[in-house]
Amino acid sequence: MTTPVPDPSLRYQRREHGLMLALVSPALLVILLLIVMPVGWLAWQSIYHDGFTLENYRRIFTEEVYWRSFALTFEISLAVTVLALLLGYPVAYLANTVPKGWSILILALVVLPFWTSVLVRAYAWLALLQRTGVINQLLRYLDMINEPLALVHNTFGTVVATVHILLPFMVLPLYATMQKIPSDLMQAGASLGASPSLTFVRVFLPLSLPGVIAGCTMVFVLCLGFYITPELLGGGRTVMVSMLVSRNVELYNQFGAASAVAVVLLLSVLLIFFAVSRFISLDRILGQK
Amino acid sequence: MRLSPARIVLYVISTLVLIYLILPVLIIAPISFSSARFLTFPPPSFSLRWYQQYFSNPAWMQATRVTLTVAFLTVLIATPLGVAAAYAVSQSKQRIMRLIHMTLLLPLVVPIIITAVGIFFVYAKVGMVATMPGLVLANVMLGLPYVVISVLAGLQSFDPAQEMVARSLGMNRLRSFFAVTLPQIKSSVVAGGIFAFISAMDETIVALFISGGQYQPLTKRMFTALRDEIDPTIAAISTLMTAASFILVLLTGTRQKKDG
Repeated sequence: MTTPVPDPSLRYQRREHGLMLALVSPALLVILLLIVMPVGWLAWQSIYHDGFTLENYRRIFTEEVYWRSFALTFEISLAVTVLALLLGYPVAYLANTVPKGWSILILALVVLPFWTSVLVRAYAWLALLQRTGVINQLLRYLDMINEPLALVHNTFGTVVATVHILLPFMVLPLYATMQKIPSDLMQAGASLGASPSLTFVRVFLPLSLPGVIAGCTMVFVLCLGFYITPELLGGGRTVMVSMLVSRNVELYNQFGAASAVAVVLLLSVLLIFFAVSRFISLDRILGQK
Repeated sequence: MRLSPARIVLYVISTLVLIYLILPVLIIAPISFSSARFLTFPPPSFSLRWYQQYFSNPAWMQATRVTLTVAFLTVLIATPLGVAAAYAVSQSKQRIMRLIHMTLLLPLVVPIIITAVGIFFVYAKVGMVATMPGLVLANVMLGLPYVVISVLAGLQSFDPAQEMVARSLGMNRLRSFFAVTLPQIKSSVVAGGIFAFISAMDETIVALFISGGQYQPLTKRMFTALRDEIDPTIAAISTLMTAASFILVLLTGTRQKKDG
């Protein structure tokens, strides 16, 4: 395709370029119209309302409702990321060390919930965790509690369900990275006299770090924008940033405020992606889903 | 392999995590077949009343029609657009294509709540809130990255020289694509289309903002119902939706195995 014959090939190449742009343009148009333009509109609306104003941004940093919601969102996202890593790492590690058939089974079980709607899983967690739910009934039946525990309609319920939804995003990149670590390295470590735990800490763990970074980034960023789970399981007390956006639109008609919150959220997400992309390629993070 | 204490701990933790992962998926089906009005577990007796309630309720049925129509139209539009775009991105060596490639993946990067509110503002301007075309278009946008990613992966293992051979033998570009390229990337096209379908079927947040009136998809009605009270009808719908997703995913799995 790139044979450098002077004139006709240049014409051919130009035609080729035109054709490729024509082929990509319908899809690009849809993306530009339905996501680039709307987000641009949001950004504009956040600073312009009968003249330029930074009022909407001032509120985010000064009014308690706003910055507390941002702080809570970052706290929850951090907690969810750490929990997902702690739960996901052993599973990915196990899937990497067992025979092929078993690892396929483990991965299938990890991906299975991935294909059920977030809404369905929110319902399932309500059914499990609510006052008359399965877990409380079970604990009562076993005489372990007298009063039902408040497991849902609070931050606890939100975190439990959010970790559940985001765990596959942690396990898959971890597993993909661990698969590429040559097992000879572990044997080499052992042959040099290191104990299994020392080879794990000194050899395996550092080599799996790219997967840890990819997984943590994805989970953290997705969690920042979570809406359905905190809305349904947070009981109105856990107001995450996304809920702030939707309430400003649906309840208060505060479009400027909603836009400013959305812009700050988006900038946080882009900043995180940018910072992480300096260590590992973005394709590696996004390629997972 | 020798079972060291560390390994036993690993097995126990992993098993518990896997139970945590699948338990919620498995718990819905028994609830949906229970006769009880309120959630009790184990269910007192088997009953199909929640399924009956779902199928006999005109509002749920209308919402189901909307969801299925939107999902099918989304696949019909997003698949050809995504295939064309992925083909161009993989074949072209222009520098701008990298930027375009990144742009096409934006729907995965921008938090969905921001996309939803943005589309709502734009639709409100042009009168497309609570319309079918508006809903379909939004889902096409959300489904495109799945088709692009899947087809690009398929094209990676395809040698473009084969298409050149077909063209040198006198086929035009379009024919050589359909005769030579497409059959070889068929499974990734199908997979991309199925992902777009599932994405449209499960999409909730954008629909919450832009859908309304008679054009509300199932997920929007479920969300509103869940906010108000827990009605086991939702367990029945959830079970059906989950079953539909799994069947679709299995379809992609077996297809991919077949060609390769």
